[in-house]
Amino acid sequence: MSKYKILIYGYGNPGRQDDGLGNVFVDLLEEWVNKEKLEGFEFDSNYQLNIEDAVAVEDKDLVIFADASTEDIEDFILTPVDASTKVAFTTHAASPGYIMGLSKKLYNKFPPTYLLHIKGYEWDFREGLSKQAKQNLEGSLKMIKEKLKNPSDLIDSFKEFDISIE
Amino acid sequence: MEQKITIEPVTRVEGHGKVTIHIDDEGNVSQSRLHIVEFRGFERFVQGRPYWEAPVLVQRLCGICPVSHHLAAAKALDVIVGAGTGDGLTPTGEKMRRLMHYGQIFQSHALHFFHLVSPDLLFGIDADPAIRNIIGVAKKHPDLAVQGVMMRKYGQEIIKATAGKKIHGTGAIPGGINKHLTQEEKDNFLNGPDPLNIDKMISWAQDAVNFLKGYHKENKEFVDGFAAFPSSHLSLVRKDGAMDLYHGVLRAVDTDGKKILHDVDYQDYTKYIQEGVKNWSYMKFPFLTEFGKKDGWYRVGPLARMNTCDFIPSPLAQKEFEEFKAYTNGKPNNMSMHMHWARLIEILHSAEMMKELLNDPDLMKGDLVTKGTKQSEGVGVIEAPRGTLFHHYAINENDQLTMANLIVSTTNNNEPMNMAVNLVAKQYMNGQKKITEGMMNAVEVAIRAYDLCLSCATHAMGQMPLEVVLVDGRNQIIDRIRR
Repeated sequence: MSKYKILIYGYGNPGRQDDGLGNVFVDLLEEWVNKEKLEGFEFDSNYQLNIEDAVAVEDKDLVIFADASTEDIEDFILTPVDASTKVAFTTHAASPGYIMGLSKKLYNKFPPTYLLHIKGYEWDFREGLSKQAKQNLEGSLKMIKEKLKNPSDLIDSFKEFDISIE
Repeated sequence: MEQKITIEPVTRVEGHGKVTIHIDDEGNVSQSRLHIVEFRGFERFVQGRPYWEAPVLVQRLCGICPVSHHLAAAKALDVIVGAGTGDGLTPTGEKMRRLMHYGQIFQSHALHFFHLVSPDLLFGIDADPAIRNIIGVAKKHPDLAVQGVMMRKYGQEIIKATAGKKIHGTGAIPGGINKHLTQEEKDNFLNGPDPLNIDKMISWAQDAVNFLKGYHKENKEFVDGFAAFPSSHLSLVRKDGAMDLYHGVLRAVDTDGKKILHDVDYQDYTKYIQEGVKNWSYMKFPFLTEFGKKDGWYRVGPLARMNTCDFIPSPLAQKEFEEFKAYTNGKPNNMSMHMHWARLIEILHSAEMMKELLNDPDLMKGDLVTKGTKQSEGVGVIEAPRGTLFHHYAINENDQLTMANLIVSTTNNNEPMNMAVNLVAKQYMNGQKKITEGMMNAVEVAIRAYDLCLSCATHAMGQMPLEVVLVDGRNQIIDRIRR
């Protein structure tokens, strides 16, 4: 039995090419976790985060969200998530920070949480990732697998970040 | 010098909508428009694909209401595979789809009300956006926030059990459904530990209606007067006039309640409805052919459904419906903010319908699919959370899609949303020297009553942070607000 409860949550629309990076990341990581017979993991995947996800995160020791990114990054980055009250215009999607902020307010729980940003390039009405996105996915998987061999490092290092969880 | 204010949501990818408000030299609003400035030709994209892929392909349109597109496409394909026009499915096929649909309505309405609307009501439309959100609600009214979260979760679990999975669900197939409900699933939904059971959901739905009625009592002027304007209303109704969110005939009433579209078969919708275009928006403007572009536009969605149906076929929602109708003496209700009251009555109705269906043995046994003689064309219409949704497909002899036409709820509400934006902009901004956050939010509140979802209206996707740009008559940006 694992010491930690870990949630890996990818979101995006796999019908829109690289927007599905987070979803594919979760599928591949789950395969690896099963193969390695690691315990304590939960995996989830959806089109976007939403308010009910506050229920899924509140009892975890570590949460990693994975999402496609259009940010100005080279390939992928892992960043700590802080509480956010930012809400989009009228769309229904919520950010990881929004979910964690809601969990904090509803359940007084804010486990160490990270967002894996994987750079994407193409967003058309097709399934399948672009070549560059696949490379970024592979790199990000390698990095996360290494970190998950010892999750306590990710859990402990979260406390060192100067971020707001209120 | 005339000024132009632009409210421009920017999406992660390219599609977006914006609101422009033109201010004249006297500081009065001269014109406001909701623009949809991007279009991705989904209808063209599906051409050439095998028809049976459509119920899954259309979910690529939108991650927000994929179930509605999934079911509307499946209904159109029922016609193509010869399974009739809505009443030819097996009892199991139809009831499983209905359960999926009521789960979708339930979770979508819960999200809309608790996440998007309740912060405006609880804190005021001019409150600081930092607290005017569900985290603010969670802090000040934790019980209400928990209800919203758990109602969403319950509806999502219903969808997962009926559609098979959260992403690209495959439950509805041409001619029926591909699975039964298991005994374990049924027991969990009916009698699961609190709060995730159907009786708690019904009870919370009643609480939500009562909350809104209490708010209305205290804020009549705002709720009744905000963005109120006369219009026609259109929706599906059951053949006997009952509210039916899954299937029925098309009915429209005018602002006085007179029927102007007489319970017609939606397979013939092109005889009755046309889509107009305007050079400043890619989103089309549907109208009833008989009345022309100028007078033929209509509203769809929860308010329209209350105005078109004769009764609601579930007891608790019917009681609320009677109170709702009594408020306008049985006449159509044209108050935009009453859309929320109507939405909450529909949440209650959906919960009652889910309970009825979950107790129906047909969900757990019986044939799943109906087969018949193939047709070359089919139309599927469903009442999606935001309103009437049309899917229309044609195929060739190789079973490839040759034509697709989608009229989504937001498109049906295009003219009314423009009307609402214009009214509110004038009401809140006329003669004002400075445009405040509260004034901008008032415009958003008007749009949110209809629950604008640009994702499928523009056939794009992404997040929509808000950008407000103030531009003078020479197109010089003089102010910009972004959040």
